[in-house]
Formats: sequence, structure tokens, C-alpha cells
Amino acid sequence: MTAQAIIQSLASGLLMGLLYGLIAVGLALIFGLMDVVNFAHGEFLMIAMYVSFFLFTFFAIDPLLSAPLVAAALFVLGAVVYLLVVRFAMRAKANAGMVQIFSTFGLAIVMRGLAQFFFTPDYRSIPHSWAGGKTISVAGIFLPEPQLIGALVAIAAFAGLYFFIHRTDFGRALEATREDPGAVALVGIDKNRVFALGWGLGAALVGLAGAIMAVFFYIYPDVGASFALIAYVTVALGGFGSVFGAFAGGIIVGLVEATTALVLPPSLKSVGIYAVYLLVVFIRPRGLFGQM
Amino acid sequence: MDKNFAARRRRDLIIAAVLAGLAALAPVFVRDVYVQNILILTLMYAALSQSWNILSGYCGQISLGHALYFGIGAYTTELLFTKFGVLPWFGMLAGGVIAALIAMGLGYPFFRLRGHYFVIATIVIAEIGLLLFQNWEWAGAAMGITIPVRGDSWLKFQFLRSKLPYFYFALALCCLAWFVTWWLEDSKWGFWWRAVKDNPEAAESLGVVVFNSKMGAAAVSAFLVAVGGAFYAQFLAYIDPESVMGFQFSLLMALPAVLGGIGTLWGPVLGAAILIPMTELTRSYIGGSGRGVDLIVYGALIVAISLALPQGLVSLFSRSKAKGATR
Repeated sequence: MTAQAIIQSLASGLLMGLLYGLIAVGLALIFGLMDVVNFAHGEFLMIAMYVSFFLFTFFAIDPLLSAPLVAAALFVLGAVVYLLVVRFAMRAKANAGMVQIFSTFGLAIVMRGLAQFFFTPDYRSIPHSWAGGKTISVAGIFLPEPQLIGALVAIAAFAGLYFFIHRTDFGRALEATREDPGAVALVGIDKNRVFALGWGLGAALVGLAGAIMAVFFYIYPDVGASFALIAYVTVALGGFGSVFGAFAGGIIVGLVEATTALVLPPSLKSVGIYAVYLLVVFIRPRGLFGQM
Repeated sequence: MDKNFAARRRRDLIIAAVLAGLAALAPVFVRDVYVQNILILTLMYAALSQSWNILSGYCGQISLGHALYFGIGAYTTELLFTKFGVLPWFGMLAGGVIAALIAMGLGYPFFRLRGHYFVIATIVIAEIGLLLFQNWEWAGAAMGITIPVRGDSWLKFQFLRSKLPYFYFALALCCLAWFVTWWLEDSKWGFWWRAVKDNPEAAESLGVVVFNSKMGAAAVSAFLVAVGGAFYAQFLAYIDPESVMGFQFSLLMALPAVLGGIGTLWGPVLGAAILIPMTELTRSYIGGSGRGVDLIVYGALIVAISLALPQGLVSLFSRSKAKGATR
């Protein structure tokens, strides 16, 4: 194995890792806000990919152009899911953790069923998009364009999120609500509204990731499942609720996956990610950046 | 223990004996093989869910990785049977013991984790098991193992002409899992587990050996699930990693308990009796179109029950009873 090959695979691992971070950050945001793990997160990604696909098929809008539209659509979906399902799950007096896990899990199954019903189980892809299938060569390293754009979007999204949380009124309301939902009510902030907007924002972020993934990934009703587990591992690695832990977690997951693929058969590449997760939580039971 | 509790336990035992007796008579009336099949699966999932409930319900350590133990039971039995000619009865015991040992080995690091970190660790470890079996050539890799026909007898635990012996075994397993739960509920362990679930720090300070009691729950739970896996492998006569270790088994073990009432004696049985026939019927009547209507119905039911009855369907019964008791 040459140094060239190692650098090549680490570079593509890094690009994919940034995208994993973008997929996972919505999950981390929602968890940090209200201690809920959304088990339908993978299905949000799936819906985003379909939205992108149909915007391309019916209106010939390139996925890179339609990404903001997809994110907006997912914002609405996230807020609606909160208002219709999660809001009620939060009210459970008994078995609260269980109710949250299984109500969002049931929702995931419904969304997969709906996707099969309306879109059929066929695999779809977006042919001839601007970036699809192109690569850029930097110093002998080949970088696939869609992944490169995805990585840049991820960095921009994280930077935007940082600004948003620390510099805007809504960001401050978000932070305050996560610290003490009871106290914010006293200063006139509607907790439900903040939670709904938080769910919208979390879904919009995974929507952005889905729009870019639609360029280079097959689109089918179960596509979310494989990314959902990676997203949970990414969020847990970083420490649940830590938005920038998800960023670091994503990069680690991407690099570990690429490294594993170098030494083990490709079918075992996820084993490396899972092993690293176990190793990290055995040493730090609340993840790398979680509060101890 | 107060008298009400002792009386309730006696009543539970009588109800269970009556239900088991009625179930044993069911094949007299049910001759249709398709329906018999559904009954067998219902009993099996009731047993699995009851076993899952010991660790996740009573002891509060929510596992979504029990498919690992199910698969280990299935693979141990069939590898011993096909490679060494060991009778499935011994394979079943060996699988149970191996699963219990693995559960304790994993428990050692896992039980330090809390909440979602624990749940994700259980999902992840089962996925690792699945991937390893898919790549293990000697164990048939992704192609799996076809179980050769060696006879039609209880000795070989293979039945070709009739499904009834499988039905009675599944019923026995279900009764065993229920009885173990019933017995543990009133034992030192049962009280420890509930204390650990409610407040581990307080339990520890009162002298409950939290760690050991979690280990005990994990071992019992894994053993019974592995026995279920061994049964399922003989019943199907064919196994591959996805069909005995896939994530859907972890889910199908948890769902009946969640729907029926997690951490309750009757929840898993009640949940399985409703969920499994419904799953099978929707799959064969409206799922055949391949258009996902079965998934929509199934998922919507899970959402509706978990939101409307967070304590499960058994709470419908106990609520009316609790009212009567206070009056």
C-alpha cells in the first residue's frame, strides 16, 4: 500500500466524515434542546433525498440549486412532526424514555411505508446533475466533486449554526430553553414554539445533507436506516447534545471508516466505526465532548 | 409481603395455568397450517419478549441488541448439529450458556453506560455480530446454513409431517419464560431490579449490589432468548445471518412488551397476542402488494399505543382494578 493510496482514502474519509457530521447535527441539536432522540432521523434524510429527486425530475432543478428548497421543506416536516407526535410523547408521565423511543420509531416505520406506497420500492438516482460523477485532482489526489461540495456545505452550515446559536435572539432562546424550560416561560418565551422551531431547524440541517447525498447515492425507501445508525454513533461519540461534538464525531467516523476499509474487507468497514464507538464510551461514558 | 400481593400472585398463577391449558387445546380446533404457523410465531415472540422484559423492563436496561443472543442460539445449535452431529437439544443448552456468558462479558463494560449511550451500544454490538457472521466462511457466511433432514422425531427435534410439535415446544417455552418471570418477581432479584430501575444510586446506598443484579438479569434474559433462537432455527430449517440476527428481531422482541406493558408480568404475552397475528395478517393480506400499506398500519399502531397508553395495554385492566381497590 503506497502513501498515495493512504492519503487518498483519508481524504475521501474526511469529506464523507464532514457530511456525516451534517447528517448527525440535527439529531444532536434536538437532543441537546429537549433530551429526545429522534429515531426517525434517517427517514428525514430519506424524505429529503426524494424531495431533491422530484424537484430534479419534474422541474429540472439541479440538486445543488434546490438544496435550500429541500431544507425549507424539511423544516416544515420537522416542525409538524414535533407538533403532531413528539409534543404528546413529551407529556407521558410514565415510561417517558420508552414512549419517546417507540413513538418516533413507529413514525419511522410509517414514513418508510408511505415512501413505498407513493414512490415504490424502486432504486432511483439523479442522472446528469452538474456535479455528479465529476472529480477534481489536487496534487495527485482525486476528490469526487459531490462529496467535496457536501463537505464545504457542511463546514458552512456548522459555521452558520455557530453564528445562529450565539448571535441571534432565537439562538439565545434555544440555549435558554435547553438550560431551563420552566424558567423561560416566566420571561415570556413559548416553550412549544422554541421546540417546534428546534425540530424544524434540526430537520432542515439533515435536509441539506439529503439534498447533496441525492447527487451521488441511490434513493429508496430504506436508505435512511443505514445512515441513521451512523448518525446515532456520531452524535454519541461527540457527546449527546453537543452540536460541535457532532462535527468532530462526524470527522472521526469518516476517517475511521476509510482506515478500516484499507485493512479489512469492504463489507466489514462499519465494524471499525462501531468498535471506536464502544472504545470511546468505555473510556468516556458520555462521549468525547459530553458533560461528565 | 402484604396479603394483596400474595393473593395477586396466586391469581396470576391460576390464570396462567388456565390460559396454557386452553392454548394446548387450540390445535384441536385449528387445523389450518397457516393459522398454526401464526400461533407458533405468536408464542415464540411472547416467550422472547418475556425474556427481553426481564433485563429491559424489570431491570430497566433497555436493550435493542437482543438479536445477537437470538442469533447465537440459532448458530450454536446448527453449527453443532451440521458440523458435529450434536443433537439440537444439547445445542440449545450450549447456545443458551454461551449467550449468557457473552451477555455477562458484555455487561461488564456496558453497564457503566447510561440511557442512550447504553441503547446505542447494544444496537452496535448486535450489528458487529451480524457483520462478523456475514463474513465467517466456516459458518456459511452470508449464504447461511441449510439444516439437513435427519429424521422426524422429538429426539432430533425435527418434524416434517406436522407443525404441532413445534407448537407445543413454543408453548412450553412461553410458559417457562412466564414462570421464570413470575418466580423472579417475588424473589430478592425482582426487588433489586425494580430498585435499580427506579433509582440506582438510592438502591446502591441501601445495599443492593447494582452491578451484580444487572449481570444476573442479562444472563437470564440472554439464555432464554438464545433457546428461542435455537427453536426458530429448527423450525425454519434454514438460517442466515440476516434472518436470525437482523435488527428486526431486536425490535420484534421489544415491541410486544412495550405495547403490552413494559416491566409487567402480562405485558409481553398480551402484546404478542395482538401484535404478531396483526403483523402476519397485514403482511399476507395487504402487504402482498409490496406497497408498504402493512408498514403504515403497523407503524401507526405503534405510535398510537405508545402515545395513548404509555404503560401499555395492561394498564387498561389495572386502572379499573385500582379504582375498585380504593373504593
